[in-house]
Amino acid sequence: MDTVLFVIFAIVSLICAFNVVLQTHPISSALSLVGVMGSLAVLYLLLGAEFLAMTQVIVYGGAVMVLFVFTIMLLNAGSEKSSSKSWFAQIAGLPLLLAFVALMGFLIKGVMPALPAVRFGSFIGGTAEQIGRLLFTEYLLPFEVISILILIAILGAVVLARKEID
Amino acid sequence: MHISPVPLSWYLLLSALLFALGVAGFLYRKSIITVFMSIELMLNAVNLTFISFSYKLRQIDGHIYAFFVMVVAAAEAAVGLAIILTIFKNRGTLQIDEVDSMKL
Amino acid sequence: MNFYLVSLIKLFIVFAIFMQTLAYLQWIERKVLAHIQTRTGPLRVGPHGLLQPLADVFKLLTKEDLLPPYVNRFFYLLSPFLAVCLALISIAVIPFGPEINVFGTRTYLQVTDLHVGILFVLAISAVSVYGVALAGWSSNNKYSLLGGLRSSAQIISYELPLTLAIVSPLLLMNQLSFRAISDGQAGYYLGFIPRWAIFQMPFPQIFGFLIFLIAAFAETNRVPFDLPEAENELVAGFHTEYSSMKFAGFFMAEYANMITITCVATLLFLGGWHPLFPAPYSNWVPTALFIFAAAIAFFHAAQPARKIDRYSFPVVGAIALIIAAIFAVPVLQPIIVPIFWFLAKVGLLLFVFIWVRGTLPRFRYDQLMKFAWTFLFPCALANLLLTALFVAVF
Repeated sequence: MDTVLFVIFAIVSLICAFNVVLQTHPISSALSLVGVMGSLAVLYLLLGAEFLAMTQVIVYGGAVMVLFVFTIMLLNAGSEKSSSKSWFAQIAGLPLLLAFVALMGFLIKGVMPALPAVRFGSFIGGTAEQIGRLLFTEYLLPFEVISILILIAILGAVVLARKEID
Repeated sequence: MHISPVPLSWYLLLSALLFALGVAGFLYRKSIITVFMSIELMLNAVNLTFISFSYKLRQIDGHIYAFFVMVVAAAEAAVGLAIILTIFKNRGTLQIDEVDSMKL
Repeated sequence: MNFYLVSLIKLFIVFAIFMQTLAYLQWIERKVLAHIQTRTGPLRVGPHGLLQPLADVFKLLTKEDLLPPYVNRFFYLLSPFLAVCLALISIAVIPFGPEINVFGTRTYLQVTDLHVGILFVLAISAVSVYGVALAGWSSNNKYSLLGGLRSSAQIISYELPLTLAIVSPLLLMNQLSFRAISDGQAGYYLGFIPRWAIFQMPFPQIFGFLIFLIAAFAETNRVPFDLPEAENELVAGFHTEYSSMKFAGFFMAEYANMITITCVATLLFLGGWHPLFPAPYSNWVPTALFIFAAAIAFFHAAQPARKIDRYSFPVVGAIALIIAAIFAVPVLQPIIVPIFWFLAKVGLLLFVFIWVRGTLPRFRYDQLMKFAWTFLFPCALANLLLTALFVAVF
């Protein structure tokens, strides 16, 4: 059962990721990216990370991508116009990308015998209680630093996006 | 019917593919919003790797790192989109090829 | 029985009842609004207008299904589909009652119980913004775009006080799954005060409940926060360009959201299916209520206001007596009485929703946003801090 779910959602996420890169209109890319995030959330659930799966949907799918979609709608971003690209990128781009993926695949295969199989339900440590406990004891300093980072980001965004006072 | 469970290397391979697609979008696309979305795709691929290894090691430190990556990505998206709005206000364009006033 | 078979049966039952409730919620709303405004509402189609939802379904199905030529076709067709799917999916984690034993099969009255159930509902409501925003944008029409963007901005602004109001009772229960939250509200203080979250002791969540209700009005685009779909301000907001079944999709999504959010309010604050006073006496409340309703029906049948009432009111009274008899059967009581209490509380909250719609004027958009950010969000934050303080100290 989990093989079927993994295959379905891995294919969905790959198709949506291809869509992000290949579509011309930014809003199609944005919605395909939401599809990627949703299917990745299902893959996190298969790996036992239930809190993180829901956080992925709430934070990424429900906040970050809504911000993207709003910006695209407000700026009225149209389809991308094609411009001249360098001949080097056109010839060597795709083979170099395939070489990169092949290198990653080779490295993973080298480590493969030591990796376990993923069974749904065999790792139950991803609950909110466990993450909360770790977050507030061992990772307390990064947690506080992150909250200051968010504050800085909010202040920066508000300052950058406000109207000019003329 | 017993279907063999999924090896963890498939998850890592999927993450590598998503990362490669993110790199391709980042280097190839001309609209600044799509470039930004490819960055988010790369960050998601990295999150999948963190969580896969956290499954292998049976510890949830990987989840905490993925959580921090998510928070940083959200902050970065907020500031980045504000910058994009400012560029649009000043230059009137969203194609990164046309923001070249400092080129020789 | 096989787990998958039981889940499938539960799913079909819940889906069927949910779709019926959606249709009849519209009838209830029209009748209640009408009586608040001293008119009668739907009266002709079937007895007291009870077949009006059926007539509306026929009308919506047979209306001409337009596809305007200037819309972005894929997103125009995707938005009502997305809105309806996301609105209907949250009912899967709502528990209606405790564990029951039917012909030897023990099962919970819930389609599925996630360990992070409350986060699932929040996630679905966060993603449901896309249905509205895309509908507004794809219609290629300035009023729709404005309505869609305003509605989405309203939904995401009010998600913050909603989430903080949800977290406050979670501090008291320390659980995220709905079943565990309901179990944490069982029992009674001093023998007769129920341990619902609005009465629970380190810090009774009354303010949390009020903040949740106000944010819920805004999340579901109901009066007084319904400017984005106000007919006289913005034509019809984001669903201007939609007709027949696609419009029916948005309509269904709004009512489904209303039902889901009142179910969540009941589970978090009003104790779910737990009755108001302890067990042996509270089992007779539904029977007593329906006998009382039958008595009123028979009384009015004896002095009929219209000629037809001489025949229709005794029928209503007889139906009420049959339902009272069903509630009195001891074998069925452990199953039906908790469902009755849950539905009674949800029904009460839905009545409050409809009552407020008939009573209050609507907010202007800047008043709405200012209210969210300068009043409701600090209130929710203060409620959370006080709850945390009391839980930590006691």
